[in-house]
Amino acid sequence: MPTFPFSTQDLERFREVQQLAYRCAEQVAAWIEPGVTERQATAKLRRCLVAEGVQDFFHIPFAWFGDRTAFRHFHTPLQFFAGGRVLREGMPYVLDCAPVVDGYTADIGYGGKVGDNPVWDRLALDLRTYRELIVREVRARKPLNEVYAAVDAQIAAHGYDNRHQVYPGRVIGHQVTRTVSRGPAGVNVLGFGVRTLQTLGRELISERLHGRSPLWADGRSSRHAPTPGLWAVEPHIGFRDVGIKFEELLVVTEDDAYWLDDDLPHVRRWTMEAAA
Amino acid sequence: MTTDAHATRRRTVLSAGVALAVFEQGAPDAPTVLLVHGYPDTHRVWDDVAADLAADHHVVRYDVRGAGESGVPARREEYRLELLAADLLAVADAVSPDRAVHVVAHDWGSLQSWEAVTEPGAERRIASYTTMSGPCLDHMGFWIRHRLRRPTPRHLRQLLVQGAHSWYITAFHLPFLAPATWRFGLARAWPRVLRDLEAVTPRPGHPQSTLRQDAVRGIELYRANMRPRLRHPRERPTEVPVQVVTLTRDRYVSGFLSEGLERWVPRLTRRELNATHWSALLEKGALVAGMVREYTGRIEAGGAGEPPGSDGPLVVVTGGGSGIGRATALAFAEQGSRVVVCDLDLDAAQRTAELASLLGPVATAYQVDVSDGPAMDAFALTVAAAHGVPDVLVNNAGIGHSGTFLQITEKEWQRVLDVNLWGVIHGCRAFGTLMAERGEGGHIVNLASAAAYLPSKILAAYATSKAAVLMLSDCLRAELAPAGIGVSAICPGIVNTNITRTSTFSGLSAAEQSAKQARASKLYARRGFPPEKVAAEIVRAVRTRKAVVPVTFEAKAARLLGRISPGLLRLAARLDLG
Repeated sequence: MPTFPFSTQDLERFREVQQLAYRCAEQVAAWIEPGVTERQATAKLRRCLVAEGVQDFFHIPFAWFGDRTAFRHFHTPLQFFAGGRVLREGMPYVLDCAPVVDGYTADIGYGGKVGDNPVWDRLALDLRTYRELIVREVRARKPLNEVYAAVDAQIAAHGYDNRHQVYPGRVIGHQVTRTVSRGPAGVNVLGFGVRTLQTLGRELISERLHGRSPLWADGRSSRHAPTPGLWAVEPHIGFRDVGIKFEELLVVTEDDAYWLDDDLPHVRRWTMEAAA
Repeated sequence: MTTDAHATRRRTVLSAGVALAVFEQGAPDAPTVLLVHGYPDTHRVWDDVAADLAADHHVVRYDVRGAGESGVPARREEYRLELLAADLLAVADAVSPDRAVHVVAHDWGSLQSWEAVTEPGAERRIASYTTMSGPCLDHMGFWIRHRLRRPTPRHLRQLLVQGAHSWYITAFHLPFLAPATWRFGLARAWPRVLRDLEAVTPRPGHPQSTLRQDAVRGIELYRANMRPRLRHPRERPTEVPVQVVTLTRDRYVSGFLSEGLERWVPRLTRRELNATHWSALLEKGALVAGMVREYTGRIEAGGAGEPPGSDGPLVVVTGGGSGIGRATALAFAEQGSRVVVCDLDLDAAQRTAELASLLGPVATAYQVDVSDGPAMDAFALTVAAAHGVPDVLVNNAGIGHSGTFLQITEKEWQRVLDVNLWGVIHGCRAFGTLMAERGEGGHIVNLASAAAYLPSKILAAYATSKAAVLMLSDCLRAELAPAGIGVSAICPGIVNTNITRTSTFSGLSAAEQSAKQARASKLYARRGFPPEKVAAEIVRAVRTRKAVVPVTFEAKAARLLGRISPGLLRLAARLDLG
């Protein structure tokens, strides 16, 4: 079992990058309106992030509109990339970006809607259950594939679909480390930064030697207790043509687990709704 | 002023030189319902409907020009629709000068009422219109044109079917033949025609004594109007709320004639009645009166004709808390149906209702154990009282059980049969009775299984229960067909639902059971056939009234194989697949 690799200062830096990412997503959400295409949204998101001092991306920014938020009719990974889909009144959208500052990585997901969409409202409310469920299960140090199964059972009880299973490797999350590689910053291959791929490749090999995986899915490779470190967790649920997700960093220490930051848009929304 | 509700008051209204005999019943200050009869009838055809409606309506009937006690025009031109519509409005003005009337019409009465309803500004004089077996000739003209321009197989079939049903209209245009037929025999034979072809019990006073002359004069209705209107249809939209009652066994007017009627009538409500052209009025008058009462009640209450949240058909799904039941409830909700789900697990049922309400009209959840007969009867009565008689019942609740015959205990047998077979029996009995009594038809869907015809030694109890459901459905279909109630048996196959997680296994310890459940769940998940696809098949089966629906590939293949080589299936049944 490796020891928790980050200092308090490190965690503070991660928190800042995550705040920055959510801030930019909120800026784009405030700007977005019917008529905007996915490509325009990702371009805007990228500009916001670069303006805030982001040097590299763990992966390039993504935006999905309408039924693409639930990954309906996705057959190839290329369909994840932003396309020409135009936002219309009542449509849900998801923004996903992963900025890197000084090697500190954040990976966030932001769900929103334009206009009225009662299905989205319900999904957004229920998303809270998953945030609480995941941290509770990880705190109990259940094997990661069992946590995944518990999330699946909750999704079935809610009557929704598991949409994170559409991600490459069916992952609900992945480990995040401080990238220290020397590859060219700002260059990506198939949407993932070159430095990301270097780091991730190295992690995949070294973790596999220890019988663990930096990717969190439901298969045999995730049949191990949560590895201490930082995990970007992204439960993504869908119902009919509406999908929603959040993605944020989960801190896993040797004997505890907690969300890195509670001051996030979706958590604030739940608190407000609970108060109202 | 007090009025005897059932006494008939007669008066005469003069319209375009013809004296019309008008008959009134009921309190004059109640909402007025104007009943317009068809060919070759008189106002007497409405006797049952009028008597029923007179309890809370001002019921007005009249003999149209040329029929019964009304005056007879001299020339064919005086039978034109414009004049017939003017007659209707003249009667309405005479009996209810200050208040718009609710028109209810049948057959030719319906054609002439359409003429009045589609007059510009008709909504000021006509509050609502309930039509049976009579399209607007202008709409009909466009209907034919549209189908001739787009001759798809479906459109051609519709043209041919309606053409075959309209043979008598052509005959009515031939000189001498039609009047002669009525004069020399048909009028005398009419009670027999009604009895044998229309399922109408003969009774004194029907048909009217003036039938022969009414029928002969009424031929002019066809000759004066059919050809000009169908050849040169006019655009005739209307703002009047219209209720179309389709008679499902009508020999003369097919249900599909009202396809696309929404183009002309934005405020349209559709109902169905399991009746023939004449039995609707002469045998099922109370049902027709009930539909009229419901509709006028809604209009008088200020509704738009469509009651809020209760427009779509009513669908009841048992075991709707998960799996195929939940998916089916959601699929029906998405189509605009009002959904009632029941489940042993109330939380799960409520969750389904909540999701269904997001997709369609408000849905409701109940906690019911389908294997409990009295509870199901009570549930059916609760549903009928709170939501009405369902149009569709889906007997979905079921449990899985695996074990060979000698392993399965008596208790296990009882449990499997109680839920899988008795649950369906209780459902069919409780709701089938309501549907048959209502007389508007409906549909029952029973969830059988591919195991119903695919024997396996490890599914002895489960397969037996499902085979019984399949046979029950076949028998019930035959019994309910005359009532217009369809029955479908669905045989899904391997579908990824929680049935594997709740299935029980005979002769195993708890730990072995859960290991088996996990293995079965994994197999079913790997097959990956979603319950939503089964739900789509169920919705389609209700629409097309398909009798038996194998859903997955393996279900279809097994059914086919069972026909080609039943011996092979019997051999395969020996395999130990557990």
